[in-house]
Amino acid sequence: MALEYIGLKQINGPLVILDGVHGAAYEEMVKIHAADGSERQGRIIELHGGRAVVQVFEGTDGLSLTNTTTEMTGKPMTMPLTRELLGRVLSGSGRPIDGLGDIYPDEMGDINGMAINPVLREYPENFIQTGISAIDGLSTLIRGQKLPVFSGNGLAHDKLAVQIVRQAKAVGADEFAVVFAAMGVKNDVAAYFQRAFEESGVLDKVVMFLNLSGDPVVERIITPRAALTVAEYLAFTHGMHILVILTDMTAYAEALREISSSKGEIPSRKGFPGYLYSDLASIFERAGIIKGKGGSVTQIPILTMPNDDITHPIPDLTGYITEGQIVLDRGLSQRGVYPPVAVLPSLSRLMKDGIGEGYTRADHADLSSQLFASYAKVADARALASVIGEEELSDTDKQYMTFGRAFEEQFIRQGESENRSVEQTLDIGWSLLRLLPESELDRLPPELIEQYYRRTDE
Amino acid sequence: MGAKGEIYGINGPVVEVVGEGSFSMLERVSIGTLGLIGEVIGLQPDKTIVQAYESTTGVMPGEPVTGSGGPMLAALGPGIIGNIFDGIQRPLRTLAQKDGAYIGRGVAAEPLDTEKVYEVEVLAKAGARAEAGQIIAQTPETPLIMHKVMVPPGVSGTVTFAAESGTYTIDDVLARVTDESGQEHEIRMVQMWPIRRPRPHKERRPTTVPLITGQRVIDSLLPIAKGGAAAVPGGFGTGKTMTQHQLAKWADADIIVYIGCGERGNEMTQVLEDFSKLVDPKSGRPLLDRTVLIANTSNMPVAAREASIYTGVTLAEYYRDMGYHVAIMADSTSRWAEALREISGRLEEMPAEEGFPAYLSSRLSEFYERAGRCVNLNGTEGSVTIIGAVSPQGGDFSEPVTQNTKRFVRSFWALDRSLAYARHYPAINWINSYSEYIDDLAPWYNENLGDAFLQNRSEIMAILQEEANLNEIVKLIGADVLPDAQKLTLEIARVIRLGFLQQNAFHADDTYVPLAKQARMMETILYLYGQAKGVVAKGIPVSQAVATGLFEDLIKMKYTIGNDDLAPFDALHDKIRDKIGAVLRENGYEPQGAGSNGA
Repeated sequence: MALEYIGLKQINGPLVILDGVHGAAYEEMVKIHAADGSERQGRIIELHGGRAVVQVFEGTDGLSLTNTTTEMTGKPMTMPLTRELLGRVLSGSGRPIDGLGDIYPDEMGDINGMAINPVLREYPENFIQTGISAIDGLSTLIRGQKLPVFSGNGLAHDKLAVQIVRQAKAVGADEFAVVFAAMGVKNDVAAYFQRAFEESGVLDKVVMFLNLSGDPVVERIITPRAALTVAEYLAFTHGMHILVILTDMTAYAEALREISSSKGEIPSRKGFPGYLYSDLASIFERAGIIKGKGGSVTQIPILTMPNDDITHPIPDLTGYITEGQIVLDRGLSQRGVYPPVAVLPSLSRLMKDGIGEGYTRADHADLSSQLFASYAKVADARALASVIGEEELSDTDKQYMTFGRAFEEQFIRQGESENRSVEQTLDIGWSLLRLLPESELDRLPPELIEQYYRRTDE
Repeated sequence: MGAKGEIYGINGPVVEVVGEGSFSMLERVSIGTLGLIGEVIGLQPDKTIVQAYESTTGVMPGEPVTGSGGPMLAALGPGIIGNIFDGIQRPLRTLAQKDGAYIGRGVAAEPLDTEKVYEVEVLAKAGARAEAGQIIAQTPETPLIMHKVMVPPGVSGTVTFAAESGTYTIDDVLARVTDESGQEHEIRMVQMWPIRRPRPHKERRPTTVPLITGQRVIDSLLPIAKGGAAAVPGGFGTGKTMTQHQLAKWADADIIVYIGCGERGNEMTQVLEDFSKLVDPKSGRPLLDRTVLIANTSNMPVAAREASIYTGVTLAEYYRDMGYHVAIMADSTSRWAEALREISGRLEEMPAEEGFPAYLSSRLSEFYERAGRCVNLNGTEGSVTIIGAVSPQGGDFSEPVTQNTKRFVRSFWALDRSLAYARHYPAINWINSYSEYIDDLAPWYNENLGDAFLQNRSEIMAILQEEANLNEIVKLIGADVLPDAQKLTLEIARVIRLGFLQQNAFHADDTYVPLAKQARMMETILYLYGQAKGVVAKGIPVSQAVATGLFEDLIKMKYTIGNDDLAPFDALHDKIRDKIGAVLRENGYEPQGAGSNGA
């Protein structure tokens, strides 16, 4: 049903409004033909009788009210799906931009996705070894989890993401692939990822979606959805284990705000629309494992916290949806510690079921709990030292100061290509705890202290 | 049947309907050719506003909207327990069979299994009188729950027919009741009830019995009564969900209604798996045999999220009417409030604080007021306890949902980020939290645990408060310069924090601790405190008392002393007496009453 409408009623930022529309469906895709012959894609986001509000993915510049024709496609936005997408580079709306020709899809997938029935979800409990101590030891990544990186501008989140991709693939013998979606990132960043994937030899296992910061804002709304549709297809149709990297979710949320404000919606916190939570959830909840389908979708969304503020609505709402977070810290970064993972606010909610005997090692849970507790005390000791000076601290507090420094230097810090096994990570943890007196170890059962802490042979 | 109309406008879950028919407020409607479920939320002179409980993608203006003639109803009958529903009571297991891994749209599914046969004992006798709420039959719904079939509220009269005891499905007529006006009512195992209307009861009773949870910081310091309401606010990662899970597992309610409102899909799967595996310590049956799950994950339609809270509390009230003690875990009420905000925004209503609608507070109070300990219409006594998680934006408790919730709950368990960072769980901040139930519950505690319990409790609270004050000083000048008496306070507070308040949910014994053991733990800590005070009073440095290792022993007593055999506490007392006595003797003092101890 190729209905066409001539002319537009109104153009408002990225939105155009049509009048006298019949038979249009909510969230239907439309094609807009500008006077210069270019074709753009849009989506109906509000219907009011014959009035349709359309968001135009490629932007509205150059459109005029009169010389524009709009074609209704009668379908919601779909993404062509095929295994051949692996190794391809696509635009933010899923069109090939690598000059390798068209995509011949096996099927088309609705990019909006659907909610997975909790009854048929499989609870994730397979440990993914990233080779990074701060993650493996303390905020373990689990297959099927959504674990975002909360970062700030100028911090090493990109490097960290690349290291995770490079090192995580080494473990599982199963088929592994990466879906990478860039939203509003700089050209350099996109190039960095591309180069890094190439160097680590995974490029033919990566589907890249690139919406760069110069690309149309509205396109950012569909980029993660298109990417996740591909990820779900590869995972649940082809049984692959997919790691999805979404960067930068802050740019995504800002795009959402821009459209919301063009629509004249009532803003809630910091101008973001009231449905930001539901909208982010419709992206993040698409991680997981479905019973009997083989594959999995693991998400690592990256977001830059505006002004390093973790209470800003974007990180705040994200934290409520995702299963934990890896927080990067500017202070550590300034001291030259890589990866600058702020251990205390970082958390993996699925960790408890994916570690310990049969997954990592029996002492993992208690050891990590003790490391957290001890490192939390370091912060107290440092606060006190900044007031009364380190010399005046009690002996125990001095030991905590030593422990804290060693923890950051030996446990958190590691090389960009240093791939530690989980045993190595845990052993470093024990060697650090030996800097503290036994009476301070209140989270460890006596057997473990006996087995690991008192062991001096290494 | 209800009115008919056609769709005029669509904006997310909000659908505008025009047409001749007149819908009624809160009427359940079917939207479009797909037959999406919706509810009337506004009536204007020329149009009707409907909220859709399913995604409206692909719906077109001009499609029909049909009213059902009545409000959103919950189906109440056997088959609820052990089940998992979405926000509008569609059984997710059935949807999974019908529709596969993803939840499709316009799927109709009976909330309760209409084909399952139950062994029913009919209690009604033909010719007898039946009042509203009266129990006319019963059937074992699960090995734990005897389901009572009741005359629906509003119906009473003479029983004109009573079926024989035997096997029936939920749709079979078990009795007929003819009321004064001569109208005949058929009574089946299933009855319908509007989710937004509280089910009636005879009278409210004071909340004088605690809900025992096995969590020390709650039972001993910040208790909640059966029929009470509590809020658990906390930023992300502070352990709200973990706390809710622990309560759902161990609270001594007969039935748990767990509402996952706008939360994570994986968490609901976890609850489902855990509760099928975990065994109730009292009955030896899987916890799922006493649990109902309502799962409306964050990516399911937002309007159904709003309804899930009401569906849950309606199910709870139904079991309360049978005489059960029901506890609701709502995780999280903030998501529900945000659903209100989202729909309010789409309706272009004038926002109040932070974009939330002005009626946020009245909706919250309507919900929490459905908690209570009641004498039911049939004379049984039951209760609904509501424990609502709150997810404050940015972890800031001054935001509207937390503040409004605080007005309607009497137990407030504030989760603290710095405790969570130090992995001190449950991360309930003992200084900011409170329980107003403690006075109501005092007679129960005195009767069941002796007068000492509450005295010990207030002493423990006082020590913690003093520690908080001392910490202000320590932050500035360090602990070394404090006098020994205050150092002792810090040491004993450390024992309370690590040995008592902190509880390990993954430890076989520590995950649930009976009240008797909690009482002994408090009393033992205070015994050590008293003994150590004697040492300090003699001018002996507190470090000598600490060097005995007793403080560490007490921190570990939660692990070293089992839940069932409390005798080792006596040995621990003796050890404290002996070791402290030894410290005194080393310093040339004779321990007081050394000869008479143990007599």
